[in-house]
Amino acid sequence: MNEQLTEDGRLKHLLTLDGLPARILTQILDTAESFLTVGDKEVKKVPLLRGKAIFNVFFENSTRTRTTFEIAAKRLSADVVNLNIGTSSQSKGETLLDTVANLSAMQADMFVVRHSAAGAAHLIARHVAPHIRVVNAGDGRAAHPTQGLLDMFTLRRFKGGFHTLRVAVVGDVLHSRVARSQIHALTTLGCPEVRVVAPKTLLPRDVESMGVHVFHKMEEGLRDVDAVLMLRLQNERMQGARLPSAGEYYKRWGLTPEKLKFAKPDAIVLHPGPMNRGVEIDSAVADGVQAVILPQVTFGIAVRMAVMSMLAGGQ
Amino acid sequence: MNLPTPEQLIDRLVEQLAPVLGPESPPNLALVGMHTGGVWVMEALVQRLGLQAVPSGVIDTSFYRDDYAQRGLHGDVKPSRIPFEVEGRDILLIDDVLNTGRSVRAAINLLFDYGRPASIRLAVLVDRGGRELPLCVDFTGIRLDQPQVSRIDLLRDETGRLTLEATEKP
Repeated sequence: MNEQLTEDGRLKHLLTLDGLPARILTQILDTAESFLTVGDKEVKKVPLLRGKAIFNVFFENSTRTRTTFEIAAKRLSADVVNLNIGTSSQSKGETLLDTVANLSAMQADMFVVRHSAAGAAHLIARHVAPHIRVVNAGDGRAAHPTQGLLDMFTLRRFKGGFHTLRVAVVGDVLHSRVARSQIHALTTLGCPEVRVVAPKTLLPRDVESMGVHVFHKMEEGLRDVDAVLMLRLQNERMQGARLPSAGEYYKRWGLTPEKLKFAKPDAIVLHPGPMNRGVEIDSAVADGVQAVILPQVTFGIAVRMAVMSMLAGGQ
Repeated sequence: MNLPTPEQLIDRLVEQLAPVLGPESPPNLALVGMHTGGVWVMEALVQRLGLQAVPSGVIDTSFYRDDYAQRGLHGDVKPSRIPFEVEGRDILLIDDVLNTGRSVRAAINLLFDYGRPASIRLAVLVDRGGRELPLCVDFTGIRLDQPQVSRIDLLRDETGRLTLEATEKP
């Protein structure tokens, strides 16, 4: 029994893409497609979540993700409350579940949760009242499902589908919840060849069990791919000397125009942001014609509207 | 039960609409078809009345429905596309089957989020009665009061042929 689904097979919480059926992923992408045109209207809102209170509960900072969730919720006409817990209750010693119980007492209908500990959103989902919905906005190294979904949306928009795609996920896979969500989504949606390209020290030991092909050289890993999914080098999660230096990393693993030439000529480049220019990605690529990094941000709003509207209705 | 063919009903709509929309159609006229059946009816009317030059759009009212809280989001939402300024337009809103009027209410709300039209008139292939809101229809293919029927659907096959299908109450 998947704790993310209702008994009749509808999405209840969005915690991870691991184990979600292709039918649900496709439904989210299709619904997001319809939310994209909502931005064409003079009034860029729809009334679906009128009267619902959505709490963005961020135990770890993230301006961009929190902002896109906030915009998505506001375009659905929900009331949004932003809480940066890292700077308040937790520092006073309150437990995670106490914080959530207090926010539930303020009549929350949905929690959007970011936490540095893997499984935080799952824990909250197991303890909230039955009518409350939980969206994982990133938990530790485990999952960042809405980022994975918006990357799938971007791939489908620019490449038409998944069944003939060769995709490379490049960089700090070890620390990346984004990579895990991308790999689960790609394999579920039928992408026949998912590669990871990274130094040995930035790969989890069990990575091959996720159904990916491992490469340690950029020129081999990028050869003839349709899309390059760059990851951010997570300096803040880096403990111990896994890498020689940022300059050395750029030389071997940074995506430069020269290295991008190994990919197909029409390959697209994605990055979840924020970018470390001159470390994992060269400015000429980040600002180049093959980059779809800014469309990703726009699509992220539509994808989050789709997720929140699928969770909140029909109770 | 025997239902008239959609072609017959489109003929009747054309008779009513021709004097209003024909060659002297109002300069601000625009057509809006409601997904999915209303879009098919709109396409047929465009052909029959030669309205190819009139701006037209398609809408899906799922994001404006009043039963979202009870039933959740419709599984198959289509994008709405209104490629013209709604402000000041005389809009002909087109749907296949009119019943409670709740979809039309949702459609009107949606259109007003694009701008303030000069007017909205409604054309439907089948008016089943049973209104739950104070709404009337301007152009109708047929009025069918069939209490034993739970729903009427407009269907389209691969060749583009339209048929009406009635589902009787159990």
